[in-house]
Amino acid sequence: MKDSALREQLRSEPAEPSLPQRVHRLEEIRREAAHTGRVEGVGVRLAGAPIPVASVETGYYGLPLLKEPQWSWEIPVYFFVGGAAGAAAVIAEFAQMSGAQTELVRDARTVAAVGALLSPALLVSDLGVPSRFLNMLRVFKVQSPMSVGVYIVSAFGPPSVLAMIANRLRGRMPGMMLKMIESSAGLFSALCGLGMATYTGVLIGATAIPVWNKNIDSLPIHFALSGLAAGTAAIQLMGHEESRALNLLGLVASAGESLIGVKLEKAPSPANAPLKKGTSGLITRAGGLLTGPLPLALRIAAAFAGERRSKQIIRMAAASSLAGSLLTRVGWVRAGHRSAQQSNTAASREF
Amino acid sequence: MSATTAFLTDSTLCIGCKACEVACKEWNNLGDDGLAWTGFSYDNTAELGHSTWRHVKFVEHPPEIGHGGNSPEVSSWTFSSDVCKHCEEAGCLEACPTGSIVRTEFGGVYVQPDICNGCSYCVVACPFGVVQRNKEDGRAFKCTFCYDRQKAGLTPACAHACPTESIKFGEIEQLRAEAERRLAKLKESGMNDAVLYDPKETSVRGTHAFFLTRGDPRQYNLPLKPEVPTIYTKQGWKSAAIGAGVLAAATMLAFIAGDNR
Repeated sequence: MKDSALREQLRSEPAEPSLPQRVHRLEEIRREAAHTGRVEGVGVRLAGAPIPVASVETGYYGLPLLKEPQWSWEIPVYFFVGGAAGAAAVIAEFAQMSGAQTELVRDARTVAAVGALLSPALLVSDLGVPSRFLNMLRVFKVQSPMSVGVYIVSAFGPPSVLAMIANRLRGRMPGMMLKMIESSAGLFSALCGLGMATYTGVLIGATAIPVWNKNIDSLPIHFALSGLAAGTAAIQLMGHEESRALNLLGLVASAGESLIGVKLEKAPSPANAPLKKGTSGLITRAGGLLTGPLPLALRIAAAFAGERRSKQIIRMAAASSLAGSLLTRVGWVRAGHRSAQQSNTAASREF
Repeated sequence: MSATTAFLTDSTLCIGCKACEVACKEWNNLGDDGLAWTGFSYDNTAELGHSTWRHVKFVEHPPEIGHGGNSPEVSSWTFSSDVCKHCEEAGCLEACPTGSIVRTEFGGVYVQPDICNGCSYCVVACPFGVVQRNKEDGRAFKCTFCYDRQKAGLTPACAHACPTESIKFGEIEQLRAEAERRLAKLKESGMNDAVLYDPKETSVRGTHAFFLTRGDPRQYNLPLKPEVPTIYTKQGWKSAAIGAGVLAAATMLAFIAGDNR
């Protein structure tokens, strides 16, 4: 068989009996034959042989019922970039509306625009043949989160870039015109940004993969907070460690992610096992720790530290949030793989 | 309007010859899927995939006297030829963002290869694990229900090749009636464990490829409660709205509370 899932499956079966065991069994069979003239065995399945069976409990030889997700590495990275960029667009807009520091607005717009350009590039790269991306735009299907998402990504790009360009030109060129362009493009970019930060949760939640589907109620909120943590962190690392608004946002995001982490850890559903066990569990948990409790503790500590020390601690918290958000996305996608691998009927019965 | 067609796969007639697998590959020009042994039974195909649109499952039963051969030492076998279920509410069709996956005039679910763009979202939307992305080509493939043959008034290749009429092809309601008749007859002749698999009570609302199996369908990896993921999208967008609300409110409050430095 060609498939890695199957190889995994076969590897996880009990090991072949050792040589002494086999010799022992052979002796047994010989003795039995000498005594009774016949040996009770079951066709191809010799008694004691480690061969899986097809049953109600294991499904078809314990083989997965579902297919694994077949996205390449670009997709989890896109979840991370798109989430951070979406949140940055929202931050840029509110920052501008509240009359915050111009450097902060500029940097937030930069993060949003860079992410907005990177996002479709990652998506196109996953498809293999770039022109295939256009096929997505021939229809709009409200029932398909993938279709809705593609339109959100496509709509997010132009206004985000436009807002950034208008912002950069404002220093050099006078005029109401640029300001108007920036604020209207920025508003549109922020609206799309709200979609960017949340829709990926719906995208993976509305699937047949048990671990994703079971968490559809919290995934979009989880991803929004993860994006907020990453977006805030990216802007802070551009020299805004002292912005009170951003520090507050970082605090809220890490507190929210901590709560989500507790909720996931406490969920008893066996469908959530890939979030706790194995490599996928390790990555998801590390991601949770780095976006939740660790930056939360660091940010609280920073509030009580001296000015220079505080700046360093905030930088650490921001770096941790960025790494954590990326790990969270990678972890969730890997958990989806694991969940599919384990989807024989016994595991999916409750589903 | 053409008649809606269906497959009835009767595992009690299947002899495991795999003529359907071969006929499917021949007609549809599908590549090989490796020459490796699964090691757990005589089934070395193991699963449906992008290059395997028919797959004969070999389910081995522990020996029962008078059941499956004349010796208590021989286990009995049942075979069942698996195929895309062509769901009434198809997860792949709903999920497809390009409109590549369509329902044909025969009621089958068909992936148009010239429109598929390889996003592979259908793969995770299928509750039966049927459709798969071909990694080299990038696009997703599955059983076409021999759309080309049906268009020409021919029987799908697998049903045409089946030597025991285990795979029956016909108008869906007639076939459903025939399945009921066959089920009654099997029970009458003592096969009390015969069941008809056609999950009509679930959100899939029944299939266009139903199966007569012996024993619990789950041993054939046929889930009792398959669900179309689309039923969860409303819930998902609701939580997305909450997420977006949290994001906007938190940002707004932070900039109001912050000193605008």
